[in-house]
Amino acid sequence: MPTVSSDLLDGVRAAGPLQLGIAPFGLVAGVAAVEQGLSVAHALGFSSLVFAGASQLAMIELLGADAPLAIVVGTAVVINLRTMMYSASIAPYFRDLTARSKALASYLLTDQAYAVSIARYGRDGETDRFAYYVGAGASLWLVWQVTTVAGALLGSGLPPEWGFDFAAPLVFLALLVPTLKDRASGASCLVGGLVATGVVVAGVPFHLDIIVAAVVGVLAGLGVESLGGDA
Amino acid sequence: MPTGYDSATVWLVIALAGVLTFAIRGSFIYLFGRIDDVPPAAESALEYVPAAVFAALVFPALLAPSGDLAVSVGNDKLVAGALAALAAWYTERVLVTILVGMGALWVLRFVV
Repeated sequence: MPTVSSDLLDGVRAAGPLQLGIAPFGLVAGVAAVEQGLSVAHALGFSSLVFAGASQLAMIELLGADAPLAIVVGTAVVINLRTMMYSASIAPYFRDLTARSKALASYLLTDQAYAVSIARYGRDGETDRFAYYVGAGASLWLVWQVTTVAGALLGSGLPPEWGFDFAAPLVFLALLVPTLKDRASGASCLVGGLVATGVVVAGVPFHLDIIVAAVVGVLAGLGVESLGGDA
Repeated sequence: MPTGYDSATVWLVIALAGVLTFAIRGSFIYLFGRIDDVPPAAESALEYVPAAVFAALVFPALLAPSGDLAVSVGNDKLVAGALAALAAWYTERVLVTILVGMGALWVLRFVV
């Protein structure tokens, strides 16, 4: 008979290897915040209240460029839309939870916590699913908070010619590559990336690049899918 | 480039983004039972969001790092980014991708 604590620890262990990716990502998010003139408290605020790395980094860069606030927040929403897909996919496993547990599950819903948990749920029906999920999600959360603060404390001492701002697109690159599963997602990537570049180079105001690229990129993916490019 | 926004405005952005992100994450976890299935059109659209969004965050930083198109071997971020992309493709590891990309950038800047 599985106990709550053993499933929780299993979740912590399953998230372990992913911490190797979270830790440098967190450091980058902390460094970026300080480089754009934000405080250590802001960095921790982003990590604890938003707790979504890619959107945090994008918002920090947009704030540094003094983009309109609606664009800053709108871009974060677009970047985090993918978690709606995770929410839909994992919801059946959480249907009997209390409202408070559902709130905790929602707060902890990251790419990594989702990936680790959904893999386990598919294999093993005996697991205390919520405990396992919280073990993975909360341990990822802890590493994220600690590494962003460490990055923010470190950040102000880094020489600009070392180009640590380049670490942010490298993190996005590491997230991008695994999403390229077929021709349709490849089309979304290529079209989204080129449209974003075009918007930046053309000097379109208000930093609309991510939002416009997301819309056009998704349409490109759907277009290729409807042509049967998946096969 | 330090932000021109004051501290209180940054906190407002953090709070707004926090609430909206939580709402997106909670959407189906709360709705499930009332809406048993995600509309198929929404599901396939959401499937392409990560590739489009992450590409939009990567491409301009490599192809136009200072705002102008710079597709040449003289663009150290493009060359370093291409090497990092290979690392990402073969290892699928965030840490390796960062190390290869930053290492290549430093070699191009300080050694070559």
